[in-house]
Amino acid sequence: MNIEMKGVTKSFGSNYVLRGVDFDLQAGEVHALMGENGAGKSTLMNIMTGLHKKDEGQIFIDGKEQLFDSPKAAENYGISFIHQEMITWPEMTVLENLFMGKEMKTSFGWIKTKEMQNKADNIFRELGIQIDFDKQMKTLSVGQQQLVEIAKTLMNETKVIIMDEPTAALTDREIELLFKIINQLKEKNVAIVYISHRMEEIFKISDRVTVMRDGISISTKPTKDTYYDEIVRQMVGRDLEDYYPTIESEKGEMVLEVKELSRFNLFNEISFKLHSGEIIGFSGLMGSGRTEIMRAIFGIDRLEKGEIFLEGEKVEIKTPNDAISKGIGFLTENRKDEGLFLDFSIRDNISMTAFEEFSKYGWINRKEEAEFVELLIKRLTVKTTDMELPASALSGGNQQKVVLAKWIGAGSKVLILDEPTRGVDVGAKKEIYSLMKELTERGVGIIMVSSDLPEVIGVSDRVIVVHEGKIAGELSKESLSEEKIMTLATGGS
Amino acid sequence: MEAKSKSIAQTKAKRSELFRKLGPLIALIVLVTVVTFLNTNFISPTNLLNLLRQVSVNALIAFGMTFVIITGGIDLSVGSTLALSGALTAGILAAGVPPVVAIFAGLLIGAALGLLNGIVITKGKVAPFIATLATMTIFRGLTLVYTEGNPITGFSDDFTFLFFGRGYLFGIPFPVVLMAIAFGILFVLLHKMTFGRKTFAIGGNENASYIAGIKSDRVKYTVYAISGMMSALAGLILTSRLNSAQPTAGTAYELDAIAAVVIGGTSLAGGKGRIVGTLIGALIIGTLNNGLNLLGVSSFYQQVVRGIVIIIAVLLDRKK
Repeated sequence: MNIEMKGVTKSFGSNYVLRGVDFDLQAGEVHALMGENGAGKSTLMNIMTGLHKKDEGQIFIDGKEQLFDSPKAAENYGISFIHQEMITWPEMTVLENLFMGKEMKTSFGWIKTKEMQNKADNIFRELGIQIDFDKQMKTLSVGQQQLVEIAKTLMNETKVIIMDEPTAALTDREIELLFKIINQLKEKNVAIVYISHRMEEIFKISDRVTVMRDGISISTKPTKDTYYDEIVRQMVGRDLEDYYPTIESEKGEMVLEVKELSRFNLFNEISFKLHSGEIIGFSGLMGSGRTEIMRAIFGIDRLEKGEIFLEGEKVEIKTPNDAISKGIGFLTENRKDEGLFLDFSIRDNISMTAFEEFSKYGWINRKEEAEFVELLIKRLTVKTTDMELPASALSGGNQQKVVLAKWIGAGSKVLILDEPTRGVDVGAKKEIYSLMKELTERGVGIIMVSSDLPEVIGVSDRVIVVHEGKIAGELSKESLSEEKIMTLATGGS
Repeated sequence: MEAKSKSIAQTKAKRSELFRKLGPLIALIVLVTVVTFLNTNFISPTNLLNLLRQVSVNALIAFGMTFVIITGGIDLSVGSTLALSGALTAGILAAGVPPVVAIFAGLLIGAALGLLNGIVITKGKVAPFIATLATMTIFRGLTLVYTEGNPITGFSDDFTFLFFGRGYLFGIPFPVVLMAIAFGILFVLLHKMTFGRKTFAIGGNENASYIAGIKSDRVKYTVYAISGMMSALAGLILTSRLNSAQPTAGTAYELDAIAAVVIGGTSLAGGKGRIVGTLIGALIIGTLNNGLNLLGVSSFYQQVVRGIVIIIAVLLDRKK
């Protein structure tokens, strides 16, 4: 199936999100769609699959003009959209999820479980997926759920699959399997639109790249004819000089030391030291235990054994409240569930760790609070006209800045940042990096957990690599390279 | 241009917020106008004071319920708490304890019953609906056991206690004065103080609140204790007014309280709400009851109308 979109225009209210976009997709290709948050990628795809109506423009499928009035109609035509946030039925089994709404049944409405199993079995075998049909969906890893979702699109004769950030939550092994499946689909002449912020993947898997910016398609090129810097330049519309800040901050006194931290089977004998003014990068594969270590230090999960010292003094941390009062801040990797209060105002979000400071006898001084919030909004360049607006009105990058502001406002001496730039566009990423440097200049010690290797190398003063719950090695700034990190992370030496 | 369109979207968000805030008030004004138009007796001072007194019991319970619902919970046990604390207070009075002490004891009993709800919900990790459904029947059962199924009467002819439900202060029924005081205190607590901020935070995002260092268990105990205490206060008013403690007092009161909270624009999902809305919600329900009575509408139809109003309120709230 070939799809051609011509001059597609779309506005929400008076806000133009697409201004005459051309996009074409050919059978059997993987077409990467790149762009910052808000560039219009998702809107374009939502128009293709009938969720939104275009204002102007035409869509041709195999040369014939075609318009879907709902995602369901597009799906019946063979075009499926796998969203970043999957819609699953967590309490139901894998098989029930696979056939949701499309159950095979007799004319009396009796569900034909056996036939469904056979059909699913064929597709699973073809894709090389090994997941038990009778398992509840919620017991699967996010990666496995993603695979089920892909398999589901293949239950009907799918010709086009749109994947939005499919690898965001996958382990490396699952990514490999996903890429293998994508290659198989290509051979079957399925066309794939691949939306991702991860540059390496684009070069590994895609045949062509389209870059969008501000609702316009900037360029479409075969992947082999373009390169990293060109794509970044097209995405941001300018050269990103000094993408990673170069300020060297003074390494000061030791602020945090942990000794032989262990928790059941998740991590073992973890010891390291953090100095003020220093950024330690924590690297490792998904599931290696890096996030779990941080959660335990912050008191979210209980430590089995081990000791924590802050500025040389031994401390007991049983809850996040203890950690905060001792001067530790923790930006979790899960912004929506654990960081942001979506319906709350920007003001309430930012002052969430600090409002007690502006209170006397439990009475909040709103004026002082507003001044404090205003200051942080300026310092982090959160793009908003009014701090009373709900956080949900902000873009992803600005939401992340709001959560970051909350922790900076808490006045932490030790800041743990877990995937601080996940789902954040290039411009906002850069601002977050400079902010981290600025904090270290003021003597804050930062631990950054990240899966983004260029970021780890660009920002960290040294890197600790975790493999299967143990520290596999430590690399100094001078000796950092992606290869060395990956070797340690995969258990080599 | 982008900045401009963004600010338009932001203004729109603000306008819908304003509508959400004013919606219940507009509904109340319309309702009062219509009822007055149909029967001018409605607007007479005597009737209005009467209406306020009728509203006060439900409003007090609903104030407490507002805190609970903002945390994302629910308290079904309020009616039974009202009955049990009312009966126990009557018993304490009958034993010859001074009325002021008995009143404080009654309030403490209510708070303790609420605290029990809070403990079951936080420590036992039982869903609020289930936990308070259970304590609803437990408290009701205990009331029946204690009263042996009969009303407790003749426990007090003391002026202080009877003033509680029957007295007037500067021409205003004392229950209405109590309602106003409770409203003032709880308004400040919810909207001006750190406790209120934490209450909203827990309902808005419990995980994020915990990670931001908020001790959610403590906030929950307190919230359910407030709900229990407000129910007890309503129970004392009823007991004093009737000069008897009825074992079946307060049956199904939780439904009117929840209705007032919901009509007032507080979200059952938690994290969103205003106590002013609850007051207006209680007034809307009260005006409906009072007005329909004045107009001679049968009580059977009144129930139908009340249900319809709840649905309209929720629909209006969702339309943004």
